[in-house]
Amino acid sequence: MVASAAVRLFGMWASPAVRRVEWALKLKGIEYEYIEEDLSNKSSSLLEFNPINKQVPVLVHNGNPIVESLVILEYIDETWKDNPILPVDPLERSKARFWATFVDVKCREESRKAFFMEGEEKEKAIENLQVQLKALDEELEGKKFFSGDHIGYTDLAVGWMAFWLGVGEEAAGFKANYDLKFPNFSRWMKDFLAEPVIKDNLPPREKTVEFFRSFKQLGSCTKVNQK
Amino acid sequence: MAGSGTSDVKLLGAWASPYVVRARIALNLKEVQYEFLEEQFGTKSELLLKSNPIYKKIPVLIHDEKPVCESMIIVQYIDDVWINSGPALMPADAYDRALQRFWTVYVDDKFVPSLFGIMRSPTEEAKAEAKEQALASLQLLEEAFGKISKGKPFFGGDTIGYLDIALGSFLGWMKAFEEMNGFKLLDDTKTPLLCAWADNFCNNEVVGAVIPETAKLVELAKVMQARYKSAPPAN
Repeated sequence: MVASAAVRLFGMWASPAVRRVEWALKLKGIEYEYIEEDLSNKSSSLLEFNPINKQVPVLVHNGNPIVESLVILEYIDETWKDNPILPVDPLERSKARFWATFVDVKCREESRKAFFMEGEEKEKAIENLQVQLKALDEELEGKKFFSGDHIGYTDLAVGWMAFWLGVGEEAAGFKANYDLKFPNFSRWMKDFLAEPVIKDNLPPREKTVEFFRSFKQLGSCTKVNQK
Repeated sequence: MAGSGTSDVKLLGAWASPYVVRARIALNLKEVQYEFLEEQFGTKSELLLKSNPIYKKIPVLIHDEKPVCESMIIVQYIDDVWINSGPALMPADAYDRALQRFWTVYVDDKFVPSLFGIMRSPTEEAKAEAKEQALASLQLLEEAFGKISKGKPFFGGDTIGYLDIALGSFLGWMKAFEEMNGFKLLDDTKTPLLCAWADNFCNNEVVGAVIPETAKLVELAKVMQARYKSAPPAN
């Protein structure tokens, strides 16, 4: 274990982007101090460390703040070399980064719309998400995890979908039935959630559903202050 | 530099796309011989659709028949593969790398949409708002430059690096919008560091070869404004 009060993580319990960083820290056996933020009343520390977008997660290492969860993941991998999460081969690295930005930009956009909107717009978003899931399903053909036999960067990047897609559906009151159409992806979701580092590091489901339910009722289209 | 008989590296692109410019600058800095395959504006070739089925967008780098998509992922790939050629595009220190990656995400998520918002906005009011947002982003980038460059000419220090490429590739379009709208985006009084940086960047030999001419971009912008409400050939 790498002991270090020098590593601090500012987060919020329901945030998938924050969990993503925690999964990486735990996979690497890095000790860290976790600071829970009330996003309706942000701490002066958070605002000092992330004045640009004032969001969580923020990783602070030796006093230096790193922002943007995927950027944090790469920083963690480059700084603590045990249990690498990114592949070594440049082409494989490019694919890992490709899928990570695909889910973070495209899938997140459609799942947000499916969550917040109603009627035709909701249906369209669900449809778009299905197309995206098909691509992910195909990518998993013949592989246990996106990264191979063990979870890695891509799994950590896609991982929010394994838990938060279902939470979002329940909170918003719809069911898209992905398991019927995407066998590889459904299998991956179960395997990913069963991994010890992941299983022991998820927010409580009911509480999270309730959180997102009231978040939707607020009616705002802002992100859950995270990236 | 493009050359014949060097078919193991191909770049699918278009002359006007700043995202394609990113890939070309990286290839040129690393002295990689490649074949430039120009997509025609408004159409997508079979090769493009096959190489990038998810986004169907340029640039796509095809190295030994294997495609790499997304401009900054391509830049990182080029840096990883041609590691012994040309300058390192990423700094050695992990924290410096994280800073460059963060600001690159900022450029793509915040700056670029407001920049192209200037062209795409349907009303004068919306255009003014886009311009204000673009200026505000540039102010933050000016401050970031001060910290990251540590007194050197580029974000990457003595040589052009990842973040320089990410932002600098948009200088052609920035100059075009300045000319078309009669205002300044980079300003000697408000963003002096970025003004100096922009000069250094555009005067660099490998960059000068691929940044599109302002006059041609202005012409293209007028055609696009007349014809479409959509984005330039971009990824």
